[in-house]
Amino acid sequence: MKPVPFTWTSPAGLAEATLALQDPEARAMAGGQSLGPMLNLRATRPDTVVTLVGLSDLHGVEDAADAITLGAATTHAAIADGRTPDFGLPGPTLARIAAGIAYRAIRTRGTIGGSLCHADPAADWLTTLTALSATVLTTRRALPIDRFVTGPYRTTLGLGEIVRAVRIPRPPASARFGYHKLCRKPGEFAHAMVAILIAGSMRIVIGAVGGAPVVLSHPDEAAAALDFLDPVDRHLQMVAMRRAMAEAGA
Amino acid sequence: MTHVRNPSIEQGVGASVPRVEDDRYLRGRGLYVADQRPAGTQDLAFVRSPLAHARVLGIRKPPGAEGRVFTAADLAGVLPIVANSALPGFKPSVQHALATDRVRYVGEAVAVCVAPTRAEAEDLAEQVVLDLEELPAVSDMLDGREPGAPQLHPHWGDNVFLETRVDLGDPAARTGAEHVIRRTLRTARQHMAPIEGRGLVAAWDSRLGQLVLHSSTQMPHIVRTGLAGCLGLPEEAVRVVAPDVGGGFGYKGILLPEEVVAGFLTQHLGHPVRWIEDRRESLTGNANCREHHYELTAYADQTGRLLALDCEATVDAGAYSIYPFSACLEAAQVASILPGPYDFAAFRCTTWSVATNKPPILPYRGVARSGVAYAMETMMDAIADACGMAPDAVRLRNLVPPEAMPFDNITAKHFDSGDYPQALRRAVAAIDLPAIRARQATETGTLRTGVGLAIFCEQGAHGTSVYAGWGIPMVPGWEQAAARLTPDGGLELRVGVQSHGQGLETTLAQVAHEILGIPVTRMRVVHGDTALTPYSTGTWGSRCMVVAGGAVASACTELARRIAHIGAHLLQVDPADVVVGAGEVCGPNGSVSITEVARTWYLRPQDLPDDVDPGGLELTAGYKALRDSGTFSYAAHACTVAVDTESGAVRILDYAVCEDGGVLVNPMIVDGQIIGGVAQGIGTALYEEMAFDAAGQPSAATLADYSLPGATEVPVLRIDHMETPSPYTRFGQKGLGEGGAIGPPAAIANAVNDALRPLGARVDRLPITAHRVVAAILAAPR
Repeated sequence: MKPVPFTWTSPAGLAEATLALQDPEARAMAGGQSLGPMLNLRATRPDTVVTLVGLSDLHGVEDAADAITLGAATTHAAIADGRTPDFGLPGPTLARIAAGIAYRAIRTRGTIGGSLCHADPAADWLTTLTALSATVLTTRRALPIDRFVTGPYRTTLGLGEIVRAVRIPRPPASARFGYHKLCRKPGEFAHAMVAILIAGSMRIVIGAVGGAPVVLSHPDEAAAALDFLDPVDRHLQMVAMRRAMAEAGA
Repeated sequence: MTHVRNPSIEQGVGASVPRVEDDRYLRGRGLYVADQRPAGTQDLAFVRSPLAHARVLGIRKPPGAEGRVFTAADLAGVLPIVANSALPGFKPSVQHALATDRVRYVGEAVAVCVAPTRAEAEDLAEQVVLDLEELPAVSDMLDGREPGAPQLHPHWGDNVFLETRVDLGDPAARTGAEHVIRRTLRTARQHMAPIEGRGLVAAWDSRLGQLVLHSSTQMPHIVRTGLAGCLGLPEEAVRVVAPDVGGGFGYKGILLPEEVVAGFLTQHLGHPVRWIEDRRESLTGNANCREHHYELTAYADQTGRLLALDCEATVDAGAYSIYPFSACLEAAQVASILPGPYDFAAFRCTTWSVATNKPPILPYRGVARSGVAYAMETMMDAIADACGMAPDAVRLRNLVPPEAMPFDNITAKHFDSGDYPQALRRAVAAIDLPAIRARQATETGTLRTGVGLAIFCEQGAHGTSVYAGWGIPMVPGWEQAAARLTPDGGLELRVGVQSHGQGLETTLAQVAHEILGIPVTRMRVVHGDTALTPYSTGTWGSRCMVVAGGAVASACTELARRIAHIGAHLLQVDPADVVVGAGEVCGPNGSVSITEVARTWYLRPQDLPDDVDPGGLELTAGYKALRDSGTFSYAAHACTVAVDTESGAVRILDYAVCEDGGVLVNPMIVDGQIIGGVAQGIGTALYEEMAFDAAGQPSAATLADYSLPGATEVPVLRIDHMETPSPYTRFGQKGLGEGGAIGPPAAIANAVNDALRPLGARVDRLPITAHRVVAAILAAPR
């Protein structure tokens, strides 16, 4: 389990990083919690690994009236520990999601931006931030998250394009949020995962379905929308959905 | 001469002495194979088969890699690994250290690459091109038994290493049974997952003319015997050293193809070579245990009495027969141990050890017992169900009673001692069965409580009489230990077994302390090195505390006799009038320390008596139990679970163990053994499964996919001990290292099915995943 030979680049700034990532054989690394194992398994074979966590442009947060913006290199641990802005729906919502990601050692290095770029269908942020209608801010554009992720491990990120930050709109004070995931054991990837935001209308996001999350506006749509799953997996997603809805008070 | 115990310095048998080895383990100062890199070492990376079954048409080495890539054709004079069994009808397999014309499982080594670092060796391995013609694979043992199945070893005519049949007792016992209950059960193929994988450093010692193999193994002497045979070297030209070993569980009870290859290469290349198994190799090529299928029929009367049991058991034995345990130990065990702790009149059992395109089967902690106890205890609950009885009542109806001990059961197993019903009653009392039943009566919601019981016995330390019958390459005989007093009164003990987490450096010292009274801190237990220790079959079968403990006691007893003789001379009294103990030789009018005796022997021989034993204060002694058919420790496990009937999640609420391991040499270490074993048993019950697809591809390459229980999945156990001495061992101790892992699949499965009973659902397959629980509930008749 040793990676192929690669060059390690630690760019001084965003411009240098952008240039390095123009190379189609280059891979960006943030916390490395997914890319590290993939390198060791030789599942990814880059010529160059460009490390981004040192870039100050990817750090920092913004706490505005209408939205919270988190730098892409913000770690899950920082969010879980309440070191970043949050909102309560009720209770610190982002912190609670972050605290449920994998294990502490992974949360200490893993980042919100890295997680989105990796686009694992069972990742907590992908499902949660889709429910919260977050926007991905890259070096080139601002994209709604459901247009950023196109499929399992696939995004619309172009060559040399870097995710700078994630902007999460503040839900109205009256909004309610529910989240439920089913895992074999704490810290494992979920086999069913549902996030729900009720803010006037309802936004139901079903993750861990093997591809991009399924987005619904009413629970009655779920059975048909999840038709592609085997009956047991579908049942488990429905259980997760019912529990997330109950938590959201729906 | 007798020995006396001095309770003021109690470090002897029965004391919970803190483990002396933990200081280095816990401070990160252990010395494992991977900590070693002699000068000039190069790393090995193996090219492994990507296919489960294929003809090898050609292997293309990368250009310019001469002398750095080797295939079977390069291993001149190396003989294949063959592990036969004398059981009638056994079909041997031939396993080449590197595949020749055919590969039979994903991960089988085909070529080896040598480079200054492992990464470079892997780079080289990637460039080796295998020309393989894929053959249909046998990925399921039941399919493999079918006529017309693809054949792994074409000259066999089928895929069955061995079929065994027993038909014991009175066949008429089945006639007129009020209940005839059938169950089909299945367990999953698992990976043993020691924290440290396998690994080796092989080097040639030109001074001694010896191949020196450092290997993470449980049985250095057996590896030496097997390795010398494969390499065509005399055994004195091979030394095998097992340094600190980070867990074994049976995974390291084998002669490895990698060891043979490395042993050849270091001679051929003239420099040390090293191979450290990585987690991917370990998972994808070595999920090698526990896969059983049972068709069971129990015959019972309305009082819950088991009259007869019929079983057809199939064991997935993988591609080859491994050295030294062979391919059929597991299935043959099923036929002999399935009756468990119960007494009944008739037993039929047919077993098949089926060759499949999977890694060769190895005996994992508990060997066949975790599957067998799952099968037997499932039937006990089924009988309880059929008769409307409580699960403890039906077991009490059938257990061998204490007054029958020692007891020869229907398969001629000789239960040495114990009170099985008492163990069950104590475990059931610990979880408070009536309270659970009361709680269940009020449950209507999603969460359902279930209670599960399991009781089993664990044959340990079985010796010559048992293994001679299997006729495998290894038969344990007299176990030996060497003891040597140092000139300043310290004690060195040398044993051929190997300690890889069991705490033998502590417990064997306790045995010596029991006899000589020398403080444990003044002892060193040397193990794991063929150059330094007496021959031994090694560490397996829960044997060390019985056989190596017995051997250390024998050696120390003889040493004490010699010490007494010299001490009596120094005290100017008759040797018959002195006792040795508490580090001293005590006579009627005074005492002399063992240190003084040692100093006299080594440094002042002029002061020795004329008739001193010229063997001095260093000797090797042997030991065999009074009966070597094995000790029978036993345990009752009782657990309570909560099953989420919507999500299928299972949570263990309470887990109680009542274990009888005979006289416990170190109760704290025993508790640790039970806790670790139960954790592994929970893995078998709820988490661990290496699935293979129809083409024989394993499903998990990392521990993200192969789910092991962790801290959050293992409850705090409540452990209760009984200590019925074995009548046959030195101190009454019994082997118990495996028991913890045996009970949980049975107890937990019974608990889950107890919780599901009101829903009319049942899971008959391990591990009990959320998916399987939900599938059972969805399929249940409403």
